[in-house]
Amino acid sequence: MPKVTFIDLEGKSHQCDIANGLSVMEGAIAGGVPGILAICGGSCACSTCHAYVDDAWADKVGGPNEIEDATLDLANDRRTHSRLTCQITMQPEFEGLVIHVAKND
Amino acid sequence: MTRHVIIGAGQAGLQIVESLRKEGFSGEIALIGDEASAPYQRPPLSKKYLLGQITAERLLFRAPEHYGRLGVELRLSTRVTAIDPAAHTVTLAEGSQLEWDRLALATGARVRKLGVPGAEDPRVHVLRGVEDAEALRQGLEQAARVVVIGGGFIGLEVAAIARKLGLEVKVVEAQSRVLPRVVAPLVSTFFHELHTGHGVRILLDQQVAALVPSADALTVQTQDGTVIPADLVVVGIGVLPNTELAEAAGLACDAGIVVDEFARTSHPHIVSAGDCTRHRNLLFAAPHRLESVQNAVDQAKVAASTMLDAPVPYAQVPWFWSDQYDVKLQMVGISTGHDSLVVRGVPGPDGFSVFYRSGDRVIAVDSINKPAEHMAARKLIAAGGQCDPERLADTSTDLKTLLQ
Repeated sequence: MPKVTFIDLEGKSHQCDIANGLSVMEGAIAGGVPGILAICGGSCACSTCHAYVDDAWADKVGGPNEIEDATLDLANDRRTHSRLTCQITMQPEFEGLVIHVAKND
Repeated sequence: MTRHVIIGAGQAGLQIVESLRKEGFSGEIALIGDEASAPYQRPPLSKKYLLGQITAERLLFRAPEHYGRLGVELRLSTRVTAIDPAAHTVTLAEGSQLEWDRLALATGARVRKLGVPGAEDPRVHVLRGVEDAEALRQGLEQAARVVVIGGGFIGLEVAAIARKLGLEVKVVEAQSRVLPRVVAPLVSTFFHELHTGHGVRILLDQQVAALVPSADALTVQTQDGTVIPADLVVVGIGVLPNTELAEAAGLACDAGIVVDEFARTSHPHIVSAGDCTRHRNLLFAAPHRLESVQNAVDQAKVAASTMLDAPVPYAQVPWFWSDQYDVKLQMVGISTGHDSLVVRGVPGPDGFSVFYRSGDRVIAVDSINKPAEHMAARKLIAAGGQCDPERLADTSTDLKTLLQ
């Protein structure tokens, strides 16, 4: 399973194995990564799984889809590489992906 | 050591636990739930889970070991039979007692039962918990003809799934339109046509009189004599708040556990949050009860703040969503008491939004396949809802610019 490293707001890293086909959010939730809340359960309705894709990974992961883009407008502190992690589906090429957790509340 | 006890391991109960720890509470926490599963998400039960796209494991909010990491005693399949507010104890079904310093009631709601003959037939399903959803999912595998009683969100979401599975679906609604309690008539019409366009037959103004079992069908009979044979019946006619424990403990209840804007019940050391509460929200004049993820989460945070003696009042704009076929309905605010409507866009597949106004303020907005408009609407309502209706209706005006 590909490994993803989440860096939380306090700078702590959390490594999670996330099966291909699951969302990055699901992996974070299963791994108990602080700050990924996902209160809508991955419906792209709430913006509380907001995170920043690490600069080195931004091209490979790509940008938000249309609904996600609109939903991200509600998130705190949106930046260039902002994504909703419920909308990023794990695939083999994402081995080693690095995600920075945003301030979700 | 201080111990806080939370009754109810759903979305609100879990959020109280998470918020207590996030705010630095280091005492003991017991989270007690009567279901067998660790806390899980309910919204996908009537969507992806029912379609078989995700497993029960993927519904879990947290991995089981997370509770150990949080230092939370998670007691599943455990029913609380009594609360003693004076002694600060709860009694569990097996007879033992737990002491608490602060108690939180996140007991949720249960489905309203259809009180007609035949409603206990095993071919009758409801949808609230994961066990209900699993039984329904298996039932749908065996069924060809499905009758959904109730044209609310649960009924329509189940109807959409059953059509996706290729089944014959009829929806029986007691009132004169689908989603009668929650949306404007033109939104009801849109969803009515959406479903009929997908092959669902909708029967309006039909009161169910009986379900008549036979070997090869369960026949739904309505009061005007219509008979509809089914292999499986789904009843989605609303929920009732679980207030019995609170009532027996002498806490004030009024079709919900009564709480103030700090999620406090009538007992100073007992809070309550989520679907079970009739609550105050500073944004609204009157108390109300809501069944939603947003309310469960936001009110749970308020409840946790009160348990920690650092109360923050509840003042969040409510929002909701429903997924049916390829349509996402997103709602914000409470439309009760609106006196005019503004429609932005044309009801149809390209999406539209309906603004509910009271005087010159927008108090609620339904957006159909318009997530950007929903997001803008959330900001608009949080900012007080003052907006020129002509500009709202003008699709060439970007809603975001109205906020600046």
